[in-house]
Amino acid sequence: MALATRTDRRSSIARTVWDSSVGKKTVMAVSGLIMLLYLVVHMIGNLKIFFGPDEFNHYAHWLRTVGAPFMHEEWTLWLIRVVLVAAVVAHAVSAYQLSRRDIRARPAKYVHRRPRASYATRTMRWGGVILGLFIVWHVLDLTTGTVHSGGFQEGHPYQNVVDTFSTWYGDVVYIVAMLALGLHVRHGFWSAAQTLGAGSRTRDRALRATADVLALLLTAGFIAVPVGVMTKVVS
Amino acid sequence: MKLTLRVWRQRAADADGAMSTYEVDGISPDMSFLEMLDTLNEDLILRGEDPVAFDHDCREGICGACSLVVNGDAHGPERTTTCQLHMRSFQDGDTIDVEPWRAAAFPVIKDLVVDRSAFDRIIQAGGYITAPTGAAPEAHATPVPKPDADFAFEHAECIGCGACVAACPNGAAMLFTSAKINHLNVLPQGAPERETRVLEMVAQMDEEGFGGCTLAGECATACPKGIPLVSITGMNREWLRATRKAAGR
Repeated sequence: MALATRTDRRSSIARTVWDSSVGKKTVMAVSGLIMLLYLVVHMIGNLKIFFGPDEFNHYAHWLRTVGAPFMHEEWTLWLIRVVLVAAVVAHAVSAYQLSRRDIRARPAKYVHRRPRASYATRTMRWGGVILGLFIVWHVLDLTTGTVHSGGFQEGHPYQNVVDTFSTWYGDVVYIVAMLALGLHVRHGFWSAAQTLGAGSRTRDRALRATADVLALLLTAGFIAVPVGVMTKVVS
Repeated sequence: MKLTLRVWRQRAADADGAMSTYEVDGISPDMSFLEMLDTLNEDLILRGEDPVAFDHDCREGICGACSLVVNGDAHGPERTTTCQLHMRSFQDGDTIDVEPWRAAAFPVIKDLVVDRSAFDRIIQAGGYITAPTGAAPEAHATPVPKPDADFAFEHAECIGCGACVAACPNGAAMLFTSAKINHLNVLPQGAPERETRVLEMVAQMDEEGFGGCTLAGECATACPKGIPLVSITGMNREWLRATRKAAGR
């Protein structure tokens, strides 16, 4: 009997990762951590609004010249935007595909129902959708100014932020989204650590605590801005 | 004890099923849950009705055959197998819901019996060591560090009952698969197939139509053998390591 010649080619690492449920979860973890890192920086930058229009606007203009003179104006900014868009798309597409698989795997529900898992865990999917819609609104409101209330002024971010948070719907949309963000990060950070194999019995408490602290700091830091405008601390 | 049971009845795999209500009387608190079902079945047979089909074998909590979702919990309210669940965990006059494991990869065969052969195929994909074993070897022939032996044993406790899949909101078999991978991958006997084992078993798990892990933690709570949730983290680590090594070759 002749031995069969192996004609199958070993699939590429990208293919293996994307086709596996464990691999796709890795894509979610990595893209999530990239976005989380950005959010921490973004939140700290936002707090400059409490030091007056000059400091905040100066910071906003500096963002365009980061990396100069090596980088041309706005190059760094666009680089970050491209990475972020890629992360959002990768995160959303894998979430959609994994969710489809999960729902297919459990077609029949139990007659005797009880709440399963924590609130943060159960709201990952809808929380993610809310955050996705929020990002679209947020960019159209404060980056492009397309849906901005009361005349968007290019190059005057301080005034634009105050305008947005002077409307009741601007405050509501933003605060709801930031609460959703807190819940998402709380389960997401800890989950990402498990997916990447970084969790262990001895490290579990530290990882959960880090997730809680990150979620709280991000939510509180971001919500401080609309609260500041509402209470006229920022005007 | 007098109880009202609501039991999932389904004539065949392709038939529609529904919950049927039965009254059972004369139940002792010392009976196991399966003995209580035996009492119901004796009654049903005497009345000329079809008895409730359910899986069971050893009835001492080590074989993994029994598989009932009792009041929405896999294996019921106690952290053990259904056969080791006793009626003293319930109150006289209770209404108890009894359902089969629910997952696309575990189709119902009849009433409370599901087809768990998907688990066998995951084991066939790599849940073994390729070595002629013969009789038990001399214990000191292959030294195994104590922490590794404990780790392997903790995961070897898995009896493959499928409670993890039944409890998982995504019908995922991650805890089962990770238990076997961690058990063998930590031992010197499992080392030669360390990478292929995790890659092939995870691939088979996906192929069987199990869901993915969202780290809800329901599996580890339901597991009668206490396989921990970090077992899945360990499998993810092994999978990433094996994928990196396969790409480097």
